[in-house]
Amino acid sequence: MSEPAIELKGISKAFGPVQANKDISIRVMPGTIHGIIGENGAGKSTLMSILYGFYKADKGEIYIAGTKTSIPDSQAAIAAGIGMVFQHFKLVQNFTVLENVILGAEDGALLGPSLTKARKELTALAAEYELNVDPDAVIQDIGVGMQQRVEILKALYRQADILILDEPTGVLTPAEADQLFRILHRLKDEGKTIILITHKLREIMEATDTVSVMRRGEMTATVKTSETSPEHLAELMVGRKVLLRVDKKPAQPGEKVLEVENLKVVDSKGVVRVKGISFEVRAGEILGIAGVAGNGQSELLEVLGGMRTGTGTIRVNGQEIDLSGKHSDARSRRERGIAHVPEDRQREGLIMDFKAWENIAFGYHDDVKYQSGLLMNNTAIRKDAEGKIERFDVRPANCDLEAKSFSGGNQQKIVLAREIERDPDLLLVGQPTRGVDIGAIEFIHQQIVALRDKGKAILLVSVELEEILSLSDRVAVIFDGQLMGERLPAETDEKELGLMMAGMTSEPDGPVHKAVEAQLAHVHGKAP
Amino acid sequence: MEYLTVLQILDSGLRLATPLLFACLAGLFSERAGIFDIGLEGKMLISAFFSAATAFSTGSVWLGLLAGIASSLVLSGIHGLASITFRGNQLISGVAINFLASGLTVLIGLSWFKLGGQTPALQGNARFQSIDLPLADSLSGVPILGPLYSEVLSGHTFLVYIALLCVPLTWYILFRTRFGLRLRAVGENPAAVDTAGVSVVGLRYAAVAICGVLCGLAGAYLATGLGASFVKEMTAGRGFIALAALIFAKWRPWYALYATMLFGLLEAISNRYPSLDLGIVTLPSQFMQALPYILTVVILAGFVGKATPPRAGGEPYVKER
Repeated sequence: MSEPAIELKGISKAFGPVQANKDISIRVMPGTIHGIIGENGAGKSTLMSILYGFYKADKGEIYIAGTKTSIPDSQAAIAAGIGMVFQHFKLVQNFTVLENVILGAEDGALLGPSLTKARKELTALAAEYELNVDPDAVIQDIGVGMQQRVEILKALYRQADILILDEPTGVLTPAEADQLFRILHRLKDEGKTIILITHKLREIMEATDTVSVMRRGEMTATVKTSETSPEHLAELMVGRKVLLRVDKKPAQPGEKVLEVENLKVVDSKGVVRVKGISFEVRAGEILGIAGVAGNGQSELLEVLGGMRTGTGTIRVNGQEIDLSGKHSDARSRRERGIAHVPEDRQREGLIMDFKAWENIAFGYHDDVKYQSGLLMNNTAIRKDAEGKIERFDVRPANCDLEAKSFSGGNQQKIVLAREIERDPDLLLVGQPTRGVDIGAIEFIHQQIVALRDKGKAILLVSVELEEILSLSDRVAVIFDGQLMGERLPAETDEKELGLMMAGMTSEPDGPVHKAVEAQLAHVHGKAP
Repeated sequence: MEYLTVLQILDSGLRLATPLLFACLAGLFSERAGIFDIGLEGKMLISAFFSAATAFSTGSVWLGLLAGIASSLVLSGIHGLASITFRGNQLISGVAINFLASGLTVLIGLSWFKLGGQTPALQGNARFQSIDLPLADSLSGVPILGPLYSEVLSGHTFLVYIALLCVPLTWYILFRTRFGLRLRAVGENPAAVDTAGVSVVGLRYAAVAICGVLCGLAGAYLATGLGASFVKEMTAGRGFIALAALIFAKWRPWYALYATMLFGLLEAISNRYPSLDLGIVTLPSQFMQALPYILTVVILAGFVGKATPPRAGGEPYVKER
């Protein structure tokens, strides 16, 4: 057996009282794709930042190809053959691809020769690894997929043998992610060692040879990917058994709670975003709206939540609500029993610099039980917040922390606690688990189902098809501001919904359906 | 208007634009590296004082120039320390430097020369002398272009030519050298520079130092080239006009030349015509004197279209994942 490409021994790192990495040891074999999986805040990124010289470990040793190496800064990491593709790209937006690639790796004081050499090498690398980029394109004009390829090229140009990718698919479309994994396999075949950090089980199962699991700063296991399963990995990550599928009883729909008729929404630029759609949601059921982002589902949710105006008719519990007049704001909606968990929790759901207890009162701060004469009764608000934080298992359970110090999943729990505990008749919920850990996803899904079982109506908007299929009692597909049809989750699958999301309404096995399938097969076959 | 008058205004405009050009390029280096510097004014002022004082005491304008640059560099160092090392607020640091310079120059001047904060008038080698460009006399006979060369371009002090040379030099450094690439990168996205294994702190200090040298040149020129002594608050807002010119120039060296020339020319016009008779109305002298400042306000109010400052400007760099 050959030497490990990287070996970390007993790495520890603390940020103040928080122990981000505790005595971590790991061996990464050369020519493999090694996954590191763990929830947000498990310490994956910290560990890799230590390896890349971004942070200094408090304790521990690093061996590169069997030699003990000290990595005090990024320069030393680069010299040791390590390249890193950060989750948030480190590119200069108004530089060209070529300039970004040579930055810090120029050959001399003048740029001319470096640029000529880099252009030649970039062309060679692009051909070798199918990393196609236009060297003269300016970063801000190219898509994230290509920006990521530039980051990989940057590392290869510095002759990296070890490539670390931190959550590389977070910003990519599924097709771009597939392309990335093809590139990674290609790099592996050329003998490069790849470390893939992710919290997505599917990526680990599809792309890696070995996987290490981290939980709360510790390395809990390292296993061969072929000898494990998603369920097992999820258990290792969270520390207990996790249900990857939502466990729920059949719905028992009651009265109509929300009725939408011919709703139209025009945005500030005059573009018609929602083109006259009609649907209804009954008490005790979850209606899922599936669709590719940008097809009007956000605007739909915003109109219902009172953040935008529209035309048409909306009735809640049989009473019409104001869509464009004086009572078309979020507060009036709340008074009508509509709670809203917005899609972008950091911008619309929370004030990131405010404390958790303040955030829990927002929107309901004029509630009489929060008042004490002219002043706010902070004691009452805090007491209320503490209860909600406990019942929704927000971690850390400290309502004096600012919203921004919680992980994505716990931020979402704060928003959900605020909205669900108000006992609304209708819950609007957008992207409930975007950027949320597996453990928290399970909890959030359970809360939504529990609310449904209490006989409340829920409108769920999500771009995650899996989530739509597992949570919804009925699924409606939105495309270009129109509803393409409704399906029952048990009677459909991702393929059919995927076609509807692309604007196809045909019955299965109809002529259009077949034509599209043929086209898709062609596209997949043709792609490298 | 006679051709000779036009030439004289152009000539005076070039001289008045020189300190602005130095200061503008100084700000360009600093801001391109992501360090906002509203302390240009203070650095020019302190350099003006120390260059005049040293030139008077030693009788050598060259020693004066060095002293001016050195004093400006000290203030640059303070700005660097506050905003790079200690990650303080760059605007506050800049304001502090302006106050410091304005107070120090008067205080030291009073106790040194006892002339109410001024320095004695500089004479002979304690001032920069004008240089006649080669062939200035013989070419002056050539119609139109001849006088332009001999009257406008020739006959300035050494520092005017240095300022003009600084424009292509700045362009070359920024866009054709490794240092320039890194400097521009650090003002746009310091994290990219850091992860590429280059020191963000080192680059920013280098930029701030260059800014100090150029402000030093600007101040020395004011006291020993344009004027012949240090006068209290003699920079008269030129540091801020240079900042306006920098925005007007969109942080580009050649545009900086054009922008400062425009300001210099306006100042020259208002000097030449204390009140301007436009036939219908006569613009009063107060208006004419205020003209460069009015233009500054108009430019800063955003009449220049979209100017994108360096993205990381004003932000101290803190490592994050």
